[in-house]
Formats: sequence, C-alpha cells, structure tokens
Amino acid sequence: MERIPILKMGSFLLVTIQVDMHDQLAMTLQEDLTNRISETGARAVLIDISALDIVDSFIGRMLAGIAGMAKILDATTVVVGMQPAVAITLVELGLSLDGIKTALNVDRGMALLRTSLSLSADEDLEEQRSLSSNSSFVS
Amino acid sequence: MAGESSLFSSLLKKDETFLLSQWTDAQARVVGTKISNEELKAQCKEFLGLLVEATQADSSESTHGSAWAPAKKMLADISRSRTLQGFTPTETAIFVFSLKKPLFDLAKKELGGNSQELVNVIWSLTQRLDQLGLYTAEMHQKSREEVIVRQQEDMLELSTPVVKLWDGILALPMIGTLDSSRTQVVMESLLQKIVETESEIAIIDITGVPTVDTLVAQHLIKTVTAARLMGAECIISGIRPQIAATIVHLGVDLGTVATKSTLADAFKLALSRTGKSVGKADAFMHREIRT
Repeated sequence: MERIPILKMGSFLLVTIQVDMHDQLAMTLQEDLTNRISETGARAVLIDISALDIVDSFIGRMLAGIAGMAKILDATTVVVGMQPAVAITLVELGLSLDGIKTALNVDRGMALLRTSLSLSADEDLEEQRSLSSNSSFVS
Repeated sequence: MAGESSLFSSLLKKDETFLLSQWTDAQARVVGTKISNEELKAQCKEFLGLLVEATQADSSESTHGSAWAPAKKMLADISRSRTLQGFTPTETAIFVFSLKKPLFDLAKKELGGNSQELVNVIWSLTQRLDQLGLYTAEMHQKSREEVIVRQQEDMLELSTPVVKLWDGILALPMIGTLDSSRTQVVMESLLQKIVETESEIAIIDITGVPTVDTLVAQHLIKTVTAARLMGAECIISGIRPQIAATIVHLGVDLGTVATKSTLADAFKLALSRTGKSVGKADAFMHREIRT
C-alpha cells in the first residue's frame, strides 16, 4: 500500500508530501504520524506541502486533525511551503487552520520550531529556578 | 405602403441641397462648435446617400432588414466617435431626429392640401427615423459602457501593486473600493509575490480605501488568513479614525491581526519583528567603534 514516508531529524519529524493526496492516503498518514510521535517522543512535526497543488475540504480537515492530535501528544506542528492557490482554496472553504503554525519554506519552518522549542525550554528552566528559589525561602 | 416608401426615397432625392442645408443647420444649432461644419456636412451627405439606397431596396416600415445594414453601420460609427468626443446623448441622437423637420416640410410642399395622404407619409417617415434615432442612442450608450468597462479593467490592474519595502517585507497599498473580484486579484498577486520574494511580513495599507463595511472587512480577513497559511504575517495599516469607529460599530473582529495607523509605524513593527532596526548613521558608527 502507498505510504508517505516520515523522516526523523533529531527531535523533529519531517513529512514531505510529494504525491496527490487522496483520502485514504491522508488517513494512513494521520495514523502513522501519531504512532511515530508517541514512539519517538518527537517534540515537533514539520509537514512540507510545497508539491501539493490541489486540496479539498477533507485534506484541509485532515491537516487540522493531525495538528490537533500532535498537540495532545505534546508536539508542535508546522506546515510549510503552501502554494498560493491552495491557501486561497482553504480560505474560501472556511478552513483557516487556526491551530497550525505555518512557514514559507522548510528552512524557515525549522528556524521557527527551534526558537519556539528553545523558548519553551527556557521557560521550563525559569520555572524550575523560581520553584527552587521559593523552596529556599521556605526553608 | 409601397407607395409611401417610394415617396420617401423620391422625397430624399428630390431636393437634396435644401434637405442638406436645413438638416445641417438644425444640427449645428444643438451641437454648436463641437464638430466642424465641413465634417458635419460630409457625414450628412453620406448618410443621405445610404438612406436613399436603403429605402429603395427595402420598402417595409421596419429598419431591421439587411438593406439597412450600411446605414446602421454608419450610425454606429458616428455615435462611437461622438461618444469619444464627449457628446451628450441628445447631441448624438439629434443627428437622426433633426432630419424630420426638413423632410416633413418637403412632404408638405409635395402633397399640398391632401392632408390624409400627408398624415400617412409623415407616419411612415416617423416610423423609420425613430427606429434609426433609437438605434443611435443605443449605440451611444453601448460605446459609453465599453469605455467604462475598459477603465475598470485599467483600474484593476493599476490599483493593486505589491511593492517590496525591504528584504522579507512587502507592502500592498490598496486604493479604491474593495469588491470580491478586486480582492481576488489582490490576494493572488500578494500571495504570488510572497512566494517569489520569500517575504515573512506583508503590510496591507488601506489609506486609499474610502469605506470599510462588513464585506470589505471579510475580504481583508480572508487575505490575511491566506497569507498566514502560507507562513507570512500581515499588518494592516492606514486605518483612519472613522474607519476604526465603523469596524467597532459593525462588530467586526479583526482577530490577532496587528493594526497600525500609518505605514511608517507598520514598517517599524515589521522591521523589529524581523530583527532589524533603523537609526541614525552616527549611532551605528559609534556602536561599531565601541565594539
């Protein structure tokens, strides 16, 4: 059966869609991706759709679904390289994909993920620090 | 009927010089100096010739037959050129209607006291001339519509430029009313330009948009959303106080879109978001020396 490959790069998962998305393929991708996220503990998913020039409402909803599931599994999703025609179609279909981060190309998408992940790492550190300082006050 | 028709053509041929001078005089009174006397005379003479040919070939009262095609074509040409010269509808249609008076005068002279016959002839003349006159007015209207359509197309192309302000920063100064077809063009050209220049930020300046209603706001939001889907951020600038009031009164939610009052402010925000800044050259020099 036809499958879209999911590549692992450090703590990111990279998906490039190079073929026409049909409904079954999208369903399989959703399933595979969620499995891979939980297996690898990936922090982020980058989906490159620069080769995709036709979308319908189902594919649009699938993308939103993937982002939502990834979020629950504690991974950020970035969709990169959307074609103008695809963007217009999605907007006309009323799918603004609010929960998804977007970037112009893979490069920018990586940069975006790195900053957002390192930011959250910093926040984690700060939280720990403030916790420890609080505890020192108590003692 | 056939008798009246042949009378028409014989009337037209009978006293051409009288007809021509009366006709051109009547027109000159309405049109004034917008057209030279010689040109007017030449047009009238040519049209009279075509009219004679048409009435001889087609004896029916309607002017829809193929015999009338040359005369109608000439009328179309005349009304087109008059439209472009800025003639009013009256001044264009008078070309045909002013022929009535001299023709009726001729008919009166010809038939004398036979009033029954005269009424018939006048009716038959009126029928045909009215049809031609209405055709002229219609052509005038059509030519004007063509001009309007062409100008609209020009406006559509001229008023949607996407300009690059800086590396990764685009500006879209919108001018004129936003309707669906224009938004479509604007959206497409903006998104295309975002791909070409790999810009992260697009500033939509609506200083030149006269009014913002719910539909326009909807279109703006669509454009912003599409750009966001492609990975570019939008800033809306040039919102006048009245427009801000309208947007709030209409209850339009611009969401998380950044808005600034001037293009300069929006540009500043765009620069800071891309990690750049603009300052005096001196300050930069000092900083470089210090480091």
